[in-house]
Amino acid sequence: MIHFLLLISRQGKVRLTKWYSPYAQKERTKVVRELSGMILSRGPKLCNFVEWRGYKVVYKRYASLYFCMCVNQDDNELEILEIIHHFVEILDLYFGSVCELDLIFNFHKAYYILDEILMAGELQESSKKTVERLIDAQDALVEAAKEQANSVSYMISQATK
Amino acid sequence: MNPFSSETRLRDMIRAIRACKTAAEERAVVRKECATIRASVSDNDNDYKHRNLAKLMFIHMLGYPTHFGQMECLKLIAAPGFPDKRIGYLGLMLLLDERQEVLMLVTNSLKQDLNHTNQYIVGLALCALGNISSAEMARDLAPEVERLLLFRDPNIRKKAALCSIRIIKKVPDLAENFVNSAAALLKEKHHGVLLTGVQLCTDLCKVSPDALEYIRKRCTEGLVKLLKDVVNSPYVPEYDVSGIADPFLHIRLLRLLRVLGHGDADASDCMNDILAQVASKTESNKNAGNAILYECVETIMSIEDNSGLRVLAINILGRFLSNRDNNIRYVALNMLMRAITVDSQAVQRHRATILECVKDSDASIRKRALELVYLLVNENNVKLLTKDLIDYLEISDQEFKGDLTAKICSIVEKFSPEKIWYIDQMLQVLSEAGNYVKDEVWHALIVVISNASNLHGYTVRLLYRAVQKSVDQEVLVRVAVWCIGEYGDMLVNSVGTLGIEEPITVTESDTVDVLETAIKHHTSDLTTRAMCLIALLKLSCRFPSCSERIQDIIVQNKGSLVLELQQRSIEFNSIIQKHQNIRSALCERMPVLDESSYSIRRAGSLPAVASSLQGSAVTLPNGVAKPSAAPLVDLLDLSSDDAPVPAPSQGNDFLHDLLGVDLSSGLSQAGTNQTQKSGTDALLDLLSIGTAPASSSFSALDGLSLGQGTDTSISALSGLASTSTAMPATQPSSLVGNSPMVDLLNGFGPSEQIQAEENNAAYPSIVAFESNNLKMTCNFSKQPGNLQSTLIEANFINKSSNVYTEFIFQAAVPKFLQLHLDPASSNTLPASGDGSITQKLRVTNSQHGKKSLVMRIRIAYKLNNKDVLEQGQISNFPHGL
Repeated sequence: MIHFLLLISRQGKVRLTKWYSPYAQKERTKVVRELSGMILSRGPKLCNFVEWRGYKVVYKRYASLYFCMCVNQDDNELEILEIIHHFVEILDLYFGSVCELDLIFNFHKAYYILDEILMAGELQESSKKTVERLIDAQDALVEAAKEQANSVSYMISQATK
Repeated sequence: MNPFSSETRLRDMIRAIRACKTAAEERAVVRKECATIRASVSDNDNDYKHRNLAKLMFIHMLGYPTHFGQMECLKLIAAPGFPDKRIGYLGLMLLLDERQEVLMLVTNSLKQDLNHTNQYIVGLALCALGNISSAEMARDLAPEVERLLLFRDPNIRKKAALCSIRIIKKVPDLAENFVNSAAALLKEKHHGVLLTGVQLCTDLCKVSPDALEYIRKRCTEGLVKLLKDVVNSPYVPEYDVSGIADPFLHIRLLRLLRVLGHGDADASDCMNDILAQVASKTESNKNAGNAILYECVETIMSIEDNSGLRVLAINILGRFLSNRDNNIRYVALNMLMRAITVDSQAVQRHRATILECVKDSDASIRKRALELVYLLVNENNVKLLTKDLIDYLEISDQEFKGDLTAKICSIVEKFSPEKIWYIDQMLQVLSEAGNYVKDEVWHALIVVISNASNLHGYTVRLLYRAVQKSVDQEVLVRVAVWCIGEYGDMLVNSVGTLGIEEPITVTESDTVDVLETAIKHHTSDLTTRAMCLIALLKLSCRFPSCSERIQDIIVQNKGSLVLELQQRSIEFNSIIQKHQNIRSALCERMPVLDESSYSIRRAGSLPAVASSLQGSAVTLPNGVAKPSAAPLVDLLDLSSDDAPVPAPSQGNDFLHDLLGVDLSSGLSQAGTNQTQKSGTDALLDLLSIGTAPASSSFSALDGLSLGQGTDTSISALSGLASTSTAMPATQPSSLVGNSPMVDLLNGFGPSEQIQAEENNAAYPSIVAFESNNLKMTCNFSKQPGNLQSTLIEANFINKSSNVYTEFIFQAAVPKFLQLHLDPASSNTLPASGDGSITQKLRVTNSQHGKKSLVMRIRIAYKLNNKDVLEQGQISNFPHGL
């Protein structure tokens, strides 16, 4: 089970966090600080796993971002690397060659995508296309609602209420 | 429009925050934004709810408090439209966790949304529930989720499956409700549903044995077939990951098969073929393939025995281990650790490679490899492996040394074939990384040294050499100091030289040099210095020619700021100066320390208490020096004043421990064992270092005001006092035993001690209360051994010329006291002091030593049939009750 997911920039700034196990706010800050210290300082050729508080943290660096997932001791670390890659590919598909700035300004969209890939700390969907389709459908729903709200007839009906 | 509503867009806010150059600037921007959001929240401004929450999430991610946004989430979730709900649920998952009570308020909205007609809204609700559900919510909403496992859209079914995992983890009792529907999910075609369905089954099997049984019976074959289909499926671009169709599904299926096959031969049989196929056919040039192989190997290791498959698995691990990729090597080491229980021979074959991994530049790999080496060690390879590890200790990273040292020590202790080897290895470790060695390890080393009587000379010479080179390794210094104190003469006389030793000439003053350097070295802590003092005392006896020099060194510590050292140096100085006659007896070599009881003690969960009790039990019956259980450790536990030392008899051990003295020579006049023992107590406490009996039970303490209110001085003195109190009147010869002790302590003044004895016998009586008509006096006594409680005998005398009838005495005490009143001797008090009433009170002072007694009293009686009431407070109780 994935206990939490962190996206940390090379400077140690948090870009996205998702907690599937309960951590209090204070604890979260501590965890992030501790792990970013451990992970950012590791050399480039070392393995992608660090042992931490009886868990394993699997991390992978994509450009300036570190994707980190904390899993149980007996989870398959290599698979977690695949899951991270899966997530990155879908982000890439959605944003079109994703970069850190995309994730900063559209962090909520990154979360929406994540929620279609992971849930309750487990993988939800192995098809990138399905995830993309689901996200698009929901984005369309939002757009439709916005359009309706901006339409003249809606404004009139609101005004005459 | 509201002037305070937040007009900046989310994008603008993020830009503003990113533009900040300092943390203070950022805080200012965030504070301003938070203020406008708050204003907008309190205005119930609907237009910007959406935007506000998005901003709050960003602010939250930066680590600022955002609790005031929690209710906004709930409002948005309760709104009818999809966009509001979408952001509301996102906020809920980000800003709250399952432990917040606000979460309970959302249960109702969740329930409605789980039944919504819009499947995307159902999806949002399931996602929120799956990510942050608490046990209560899980219980409340389980029926909805169960129903959704059968929903028409597969994307909802898969979410419901993962949501069920959260529910059964929170409330395992609910597992049985999900078993049927979970098993049904395994027959689906949609990969997302299969993926989550398999995961749900795996988790069900973990929480419920019934579910495991059910799924094993009904689904094993189906799962094997499913895995076969996936493995042999043609290329499907949608699920393809570097040439493999859906590795995620592969892995989950293998994991579930592992759970089903574990401990069940039939199920294991059923999956043999497919496992063999996966293990042999999967491509291992990409990470995805390796992930599957890794999972497959683990499944093969866990299911019931099939040697053919295991060979296959071990070969895969061998390939992994020689891989260049660090990730693959890491998982191989991880896997070998599990394989070692199945086939340790096969793992032994890779020993050399594993040993190389201990020296890897990657900390994660090093750590794994070290754990593995630890498991690999046996009687046959221990010498080889230890040598390698100790060699590596020299060059390893500082942060790795701690782990490495602990493991080496543990290996050496566990498998040492002979004592000399053990001592050699330990001394090497101490020289390289002495500061990383734990206390119990070097304590054990001393036990072993003490037991190896033929190696004493060898060891002390080895230590002498080692300590010259590595002065900074504190633990090495301690062991050396101890050994020199004990066996210093062997160092000088070259006693018991072994063939392998190089000859060495050490003079007496060289030996003292070592101790002098150690006691003066800036890194030496209290324990080391204290050990040095004892060693010096011992050497002063063994090397008469250096006696004066030693005395000088000891005297230098007279002014030490550490009370313990100061006191010891005064005492030891006094022993050297004035007590030549008992010095040699005091400084005798320690008796051999008992190995078996020490190891028991180490293993015990409450080591200190348990074995010191044991130790005293062993020695009590005859009360004479016999090597007892506790000694060594007590000697070494120099600063453990946390262990409640049970009784003065405990001290008995100490003395032998510390000085190895059979006191009977020193106290030969004291005829009986009894006296001997109490004599021992005092000496012993006198010499024991820093071990303060926490529950010393002597009232004499308060009488002795030496102005040194510390534990240590009290311990010494209470020990001293124990000589007198513990020596019962039935021992007329007690004085004989007593006198040498008092002498010893002449610096502390025996007169006080005597006074203390008197005090103990009787506290002065007081007039507790006096009025025109009545006088109350109190006498005090204490029961020996119960410091806290005092017996008070109250005497009432009538000063008037009239008889008092119906006399009642009442008393009240503050909370830290407990009061027990015995019945009064009478309720009539004769006139003019013609008689008296006595009444006994027992007071227990739980704050003994900190607070003194105080009591409020009320006396009621009838004088000529008129009620009279007198009240007062007694606060003039003698000090120290």
